[in-house]
Amino acid sequence: MGETPHRSADAGTGGTRVTQSHERPAGASARVAEAPVSTRSPGGTELGGGGALPRSRKFGAERAFRGLTLAAGTAVLVIIAAIAIFLVAKAVPALRANTEDFWSYEGWSPNETQPKFGIGALAFGTVLSSALALLIAVPVALGIALYLSHYAPRRLGTALGFLVDLLAAVPSVVFGLWGRDVFSSPVADFSVWLNQHFGWIPLFGGDGPFGASVMLGGLVLAIMVLPIITSLSREVFLQTPTANEEAALALGATRWEMLRTAVLPYGRPGIIAAMMLGLGRALGETIALALTLGITFNISFNLIQNGGNTIAANIANAFGEANETGRGALIASGLVLFAITLIVNITARAIIYRRREFTESAA
Amino acid sequence: MAKRVSASNVTAYYGGFKAIENINLTVEPKTVTALIGPSGCGKSTFLRSINRMHEVLPGARVEGSLTIDDQDIYDRDVDVTAVRRTIGMVFQRPNPFPTMSIFENVVAGLKLNGVRKKSILEDAAEKALRSANLWDEVKDRLGKPGAGLSGGQQQRLCIARTIAVEPQVVLMDEPCSALDPISTLAIEDLMFQLKDKFTIIIVTHNMQQAARVSDRTAFFSIEKTGDPGRLIEYDNTQKIFSNPSVKKTEDYITGRFG
Repeated sequence: MGETPHRSADAGTGGTRVTQSHERPAGASARVAEAPVSTRSPGGTELGGGGALPRSRKFGAERAFRGLTLAAGTAVLVIIAAIAIFLVAKAVPALRANTEDFWSYEGWSPNETQPKFGIGALAFGTVLSSALALLIAVPVALGIALYLSHYAPRRLGTALGFLVDLLAAVPSVVFGLWGRDVFSSPVADFSVWLNQHFGWIPLFGGDGPFGASVMLGGLVLAIMVLPIITSLSREVFLQTPTANEEAALALGATRWEMLRTAVLPYGRPGIIAAMMLGLGRALGETIALALTLGITFNISFNLIQNGGNTIAANIANAFGEANETGRGALIASGLVLFAITLIVNITARAIIYRRREFTESAA
Repeated sequence: MAKRVSASNVTAYYGGFKAIENINLTVEPKTVTALIGPSGCGKSTFLRSINRMHEVLPGARVEGSLTIDDQDIYDRDVDVTAVRRTIGMVFQRPNPFPTMSIFENVVAGLKLNGVRKKSILEDAAEKALRSANLWDEVKDRLGKPGAGLSGGQQQRLCIARTIAVEPQVVLMDEPCSALDPISTLAIEDLMFQLKDKFTIIIVTHNMQQAARVSDRTAFFSIEKTGDPGRLIEYDNTQKIFSNPSVKKTEDYITGRFG
């Protein structure tokens, strides 16, 4: 994971090497095919010696395979273009029909004769719940990953790693139902406690009711992204060269100092990539949030009062009874979600790219 | 600042496997001592027991006593990190920290010791790099990655990193085996200079190197695969290479086995 740019660079050179050698081995294989003929003929030349070189083949498996890979590569572009055209074509009429400002209006009633809808609250809720989820999940995930890779006995580490991966296989609707029916009451109790003691902080203010809140949604999301971040970071940590770990220990580092000096910096690009994958899942998560959030349409930093909403959850909730304009409005919100994830990914790439000089020479 | 290293009855295990048995040897301060012998004879294991790096591997343990200036480094009350700061180590393959610049690599040990002041770190880095004969080559690019240097430069960077924390003893585990002859020469020259300040113990497969750089030589060997390594002969380098007392040593250095 860590050396994603590095590896792709490798793949690039590998690719050109394949195409370069493509011409010559084609000739070489033809020559091998020809060789028995020449040895059979009396006075024929030795394999590879004398005679004119055979012409390269015009058609063959090489060319066919090249065409197939080209087609596969092109298909990606075609699919992306098709999706983009579809989204824009559906979204534009709805946006035209909107009687309020799409960016600032706090509400979602696109099915009226006077359609009114705004993305602000939804986009805000999406980012807030995902950020909360990452804030909770990343430290825990890194802790688990470091434990599994450097503290736990090997067998225990493997077994626990398998369990963590199992957690990733639980369907999100199960997490959603569990969050709504089981997890919500302890979260509600905790929210009341927070409200009593830390109510002066706006995040934990309000008069209730508490429970079906951004806090609950964020916690459920955190549990859902935890296994992704854990297993990717664990892989990265395990790849740290033993030589570097020993170098740190030989300088008199304690185990934690060794992790800080050798393992964490080495795994940094991988950790960022893991976080971004987790964030991607959190941003796009639909059903778990549709089940746990209190569904409101206002921008609020309050984490514990019933409320909160996200773009994906709103699409899931509202698509059933949406009319033509309603669907267009939801598709427009989908475009905004797409833009948000794009920005997140570009930012992550930029962070990794900035340190490439150090990560490339690492491998 | 150099100390005497004494081993008495040192036996080291990897799990149930006994790698070395009853090693007795004393290394005088400010000398270079070479450990030679065929592969698998336990010379690296012995080297790694001197700074307690042996026990890093799961299941590995050491018996017997190892002292530096009469202090037992395997004593229960001794802090293992302090032992490793006192007895530095240079590894077979150059292993600068890949995510760090040249400067950060050199001062990594000092930072682990809590030194934070920039001026102190800069002075220490220059001093260590000068001692490692690397300063002139890297002084204009201290912020560049350490892993971008050539193999020989990287190894000298690792030596600089090791001596920056001012250890008493420097252990070198085949420091030149991954290097070309010119880089090897540079490291050997460096050993001559460093023995003014440090006690140096070096493991090498290269007998010419042992003969060139060391004052005393210890010859390790094993009876057969699976047996623990033993110290066969330990004497002045000149004696070992001209007139060894044990037949096995002579066979080894004349190339009759190993």
